[in-house]
Amino acid sequence: MTLSAAENPLFEFLLRQGDNALVLGHRTSEWCGVAPVLEEDIALANMALDLIGQTQLWLGYAGEVEGAGRTADDLAFLREVYDYRNLLMLEVPNGDFGRTQMRQFLFDAFQVPWLTRLQDSTNTRVAEIAAKCLKEALYHLDRSSHTVIALGDGTEESNRRMSDALTFLWPYSGEVFKVDATDHAMAEAGVAPLPSDLHSVWLETVERVLTEACLTLPEGTFAQSGGRTGFRHTEHLGHMLAVMQTLQRSYPGAAW
Amino acid sequence: MYAQMVKSTGKGVQSRDDMSPEDKAFQDRIDRGEKIEPKDYMPEAYRKTLIRQIGQHAHSEIVGQLPEGNWITRAPTLERKANLLAKVQDEAGHGLYLYCAAETLGVSRDELVEMLHSERMKYSSIFNYPTLTWADMGAVGWLVDGAAIMNQVPLQRTSYGPYARAMVRICKEESFHQRQGYHIMIKMAKEGTADQKRMAQDALNRFWYPALMMFGPSDKDSVHSAQSMAWKIKINTNDELRQKFVDETVPQAEFLGLTIPDENLRWNDETGHYEFSEPDWSEFFEVISGNGPCNAERLSTRRKAWDDGAWVREAMLAHARKSQKRSQAAE
Repeated sequence: MTLSAAENPLFEFLLRQGDNALVLGHRTSEWCGVAPVLEEDIALANMALDLIGQTQLWLGYAGEVEGAGRTADDLAFLREVYDYRNLLMLEVPNGDFGRTQMRQFLFDAFQVPWLTRLQDSTNTRVAEIAAKCLKEALYHLDRSSHTVIALGDGTEESNRRMSDALTFLWPYSGEVFKVDATDHAMAEAGVAPLPSDLHSVWLETVERVLTEACLTLPEGTFAQSGGRTGFRHTEHLGHMLAVMQTLQRSYPGAAW
Repeated sequence: MYAQMVKSTGKGVQSRDDMSPEDKAFQDRIDRGEKIEPKDYMPEAYRKTLIRQIGQHAHSEIVGQLPEGNWITRAPTLERKANLLAKVQDEAGHGLYLYCAAETLGVSRDELVEMLHSERMKYSSIFNYPTLTWADMGAVGWLVDGAAIMNQVPLQRTSYGPYARAMVRICKEESFHQRQGYHIMIKMAKEGTADQKRMAQDALNRFWYPALMMFGPSDKDSVHSAQSMAWKIKINTNDELRQKFVDETVPQAEFLGLTIPDENLRWNDETGHYEFSEPDWSEFFEVISGNGPCNAERLSTRRKAWDDGAWVREAMLAHARKSQKRSQAAE
């Protein structure tokens, strides 16, 4: 029997980390072979590869913590939509290249300070995984901020597209800062800071980059939620999992 | 083989008597095994043939992302997903080296891409076949990358320096891909369930002849091949490479417990080679001329990606120009 989030907050916390990486990695991999320019094909595949690697670490540890014998693959390929714990922003469809990059940036701007703090976790495994992921996240943030700046600054059309992307994504961007009992449990145990503690540093990065990108920070503060708690995902996650899980679901127990 | 039926002069090997003094000196350098570098003298026909060959090879890498990209989102485990992503990323990287090698001959990447999109340049016939099950990821790695290696290993010794050097790096990665593909086949065909074995055999049935076609039709009478071999931009004949591929692949299929879909396949003790059936060359010529199962789809996917990305490329360029102006103004 699976323990609830309240009974095993560390497991819940690890799923959140792993599912973010998995779901964003999946979306990023959808760009394979169809990016705007060859260098971007390579870069996007590289990002997706990093994220799938991070998934293996987080979900692998989650399986150990759960203690029910589930592997990272079991968690990735055999859970239902409501068992997923990723941010809604990461599961919505890619949209155009601009929206994909804007989403990456809004996520990276959180991940860098977040993983930086997780390196000091009282849980040494969390600290080790965070240290490894941080190296990649720093590079991702560097890339995504430069791309957002270039596309915001580029042409009238690209500025309009980036502005549309920001308008679309903004209501999703606040979900990560809505803390709940799991976050408090992790903070009390010294495993992780409260995500809300990182809001100001996140906003500072976002404001700086958007200004350089000739884009205006949206005023709204409303944030969609339901992804990281699993309470209410978007309609899109079910389709993603139907694709992602097809072989494991169709051929139970087969090894690949 | 990612370059098929590359045209050269169409006149057979040029005789020494017809060569200018520069062309004689050039041919002597090739005969001595020297590498030709971008700024060296080269006959115009050599340059044009190389552009066709390297361009076709580069396009094959780019279009070749698509049949495998088709399974990245459905890969059955995280490790397989990562391996496939890395493989497709390598292919894009190969495309990049090859476009760069072609650029040293005076043709831009954009020009080559435009020629692909307007169907004035081709890519390998193999990428016009669909990938229908996960076993196809095994078969593509094992057979398609296997066939590519047969051709590309000798090309590391090709006469044009930048092309030969690109090949050295590409070959290392291709052999890794082949091993990954074969490993997928082992898991499915040798250790798998009945369903997986069926998928593996089905993939071999569909990819065997298209893989043989990758080497191109017999070129023993081809005037293009003869000239390309004299220039050392083609090292072996298509038939030699095909035979080598069959000889190496048949025992691998036996190890997997799979049956090569060829009733005429048999070992010949006297020649020390396998005898095998030729692929249906009429199918090959249909695929080459645009009537393969996926030609229209592959090209329209590439054109759409290029068109959809136009605003990004324009914006990147505009930003680079603005940044340059701003930094000049600040100086």
